[in-house]
Amino acid sequence: MEDRACRRRRRAKTTTLTPETPPTFRPLGEIDAHTRRRKRRSQLFRYVLLVAMGLSLFPLVLILWTVVSNGIGAFGGEFLTQPEPPARREGGGYLNGIVGTLYMVGIATVLAVPLGVLAAVYLVEYGRGWFAGTVRFFTDVMTGVPSVFVGLFVYAALVRQFSFGTIMGAVGLAIMMLPIVVRSSEEMLKLVPEDQRAASAGLGARKWQTITKVVLPTAGPGIVTGSMLAVARAAGETAVLLLTALGSLQVVTAFSGVAQSSITLLIYQGAKQPFDPGKERAWAGAMLLMGIVFLLPFTARWITARRTR
Amino acid sequence: MVDNTQAQAAPTAAPAQTGQTNTAPEFTPRHTTVPREVGEAVFDVETVSVAYGGAPALKEVSMRIPKGEITALIGPSGCGKSTMLRCLNRMNDLIDGASVSGRITYHGEDIYAEDVDPAEVRRRIGMVFQKPNPFAMSIYDNVAFGPKLHGMKSNLDDRVEKALRGAALWDEVKDKLNDQGHALSGGQQQRLCIARAIALEPDVILMDEPASALDPISTLAIEDLMRKLRGQYSIVIVTHNMQQAARISDRTAFFTVDMEQGVRVGELVEYDLTETVFTNASDQRTESYITGRFG
Repeated sequence: MEDRACRRRRRAKTTTLTPETPPTFRPLGEIDAHTRRRKRRSQLFRYVLLVAMGLSLFPLVLILWTVVSNGIGAFGGEFLTQPEPPARREGGGYLNGIVGTLYMVGIATVLAVPLGVLAAVYLVEYGRGWFAGTVRFFTDVMTGVPSVFVGLFVYAALVRQFSFGTIMGAVGLAIMMLPIVVRSSEEMLKLVPEDQRAASAGLGARKWQTITKVVLPTAGPGIVTGSMLAVARAAGETAVLLLTALGSLQVVTAFSGVAQSSITLLIYQGAKQPFDPGKERAWAGAMLLMGIVFLLPFTARWITARRTR
Repeated sequence: MVDNTQAQAAPTAAPAQTGQTNTAPEFTPRHTTVPREVGEAVFDVETVSVAYGGAPALKEVSMRIPKGEITALIGPSGCGKSTMLRCLNRMNDLIDGASVSGRITYHGEDIYAEDVDPAEVRRRIGMVFQKPNPFAMSIYDNVAFGPKLHGMKSNLDDRVEKALRGAALWDEVKDKLNDQGHALSGGQQQRLCIARAIALEPDVILMDEPASALDPISTLAIEDLMRKLRGQYSIVIVTHNMQQAARISDRTAFFTVDMEQGVRVGELVEYDLTETVFTNASDQRTESYITGRFG
């Protein structure tokens, strides 16, 4: 009984919600207080977001400005073609560092990218159960390992047996790159629609044919972009190289046996010594490195975009 | 003389045809109606059940699918018609936890036999999916994909042209074969997918709601194409659109969902000539569905 009364009351209430007078036309400009409040709040949030974006861009702009304004002075043709002279002397450049960075990052890319992409293919296309879960977990852990640890690891495992050098530095960089390549490639492979795999299988393709002929080409541009981020990361790596490449004043083209230099190591050494010419070269080196890191993803995207068109 | 030989040939041909159509089915389906006059069958489905991860999806289906005709599978969502279709070219193998029991023979060969390679089955039995899914490559490469995969590289250009002509797409794309497949309209994309399937010269094409993502005009184009392909290919089509089934198919199989111990399982209710199913259904459930009282 009580239940029914309750229901009736509710029904009565809902009927009062329907307007007693038929709705009349109101001009669109005529807004009630509630709508006005919503509009104001919407505006407010937009400004908050704008300020947040401005604040987060501010350091970036500041860095760009500081590095370029300090580095432009020592930058030039000589900087790119001469090795670093003693810190007190004017002129000269970072050729030894540029060669070292190109060498080590190049070798690290050759080591890390194919391995990382293969691991990602395994995780996406075959990975089921505990093993894949474990691989994924440790890849995540590796992403967060401080680079000094990686440097120490390579030092303890390899450098003490052999010597500082190009290959050692490259191995250290490859270890830093690997998790980035795996995770970014994995995300890109997951983006390949399942219906593409089904279409390929429906034409009688075996799994490896589907992977090599459909999945990898479709994910290709994304994988390249992700790999370039890893390359950029490796190019800016310092701590690993301190313990594996050590640094060199001459241009080194040997793969092993001789300590190797890099742009980051030269910046590190140039910045901590007291003489102005060396410091200026360090700024120019920083500018060069930043240019490389900024340009790499753009070139990668440009190349892949042209290839797929 | 000429008249004479033709007159002689005609009477001999006629009994041969009727003789063929009169061959009795070698097995008696247990749970379904017997389709009338299935002559040469391309598929013999015998008490096939499918389960996904232990949950039954389709229960004991038996049907003979005739060669060179269009067979439509209709029924409400979840009735297992797509599942049935995917059994026919072993696409269910790709789904984790899917298990198929029973027996399906293709021209008398058990396609689930141990020594049968599923990739080979899928090569012979083409498939067109619900959503047009061309590869992210040029129109030419899309069609050439299958032949290249199986090393059929001689006269590739001719093969591509033939397939595109077969899919009634050639005139629209002959000047832009290097454009991306994705750049085509939805209906053209679906015809591209059909061209891609027939480039492998299969003898069966399975179509899983091939027109459900298309506008009415593209749908009609696909249906016209199916009528054209009929005879040369055996076509099995899953469709939600009953008018479509009535318009194009020779035979119709009606599936429905049944509650069995709290689990929804698909089953085959009725399988007969399309005309019979649509005008004189023998099962009450078929009639209700077709007249729109259910589903």
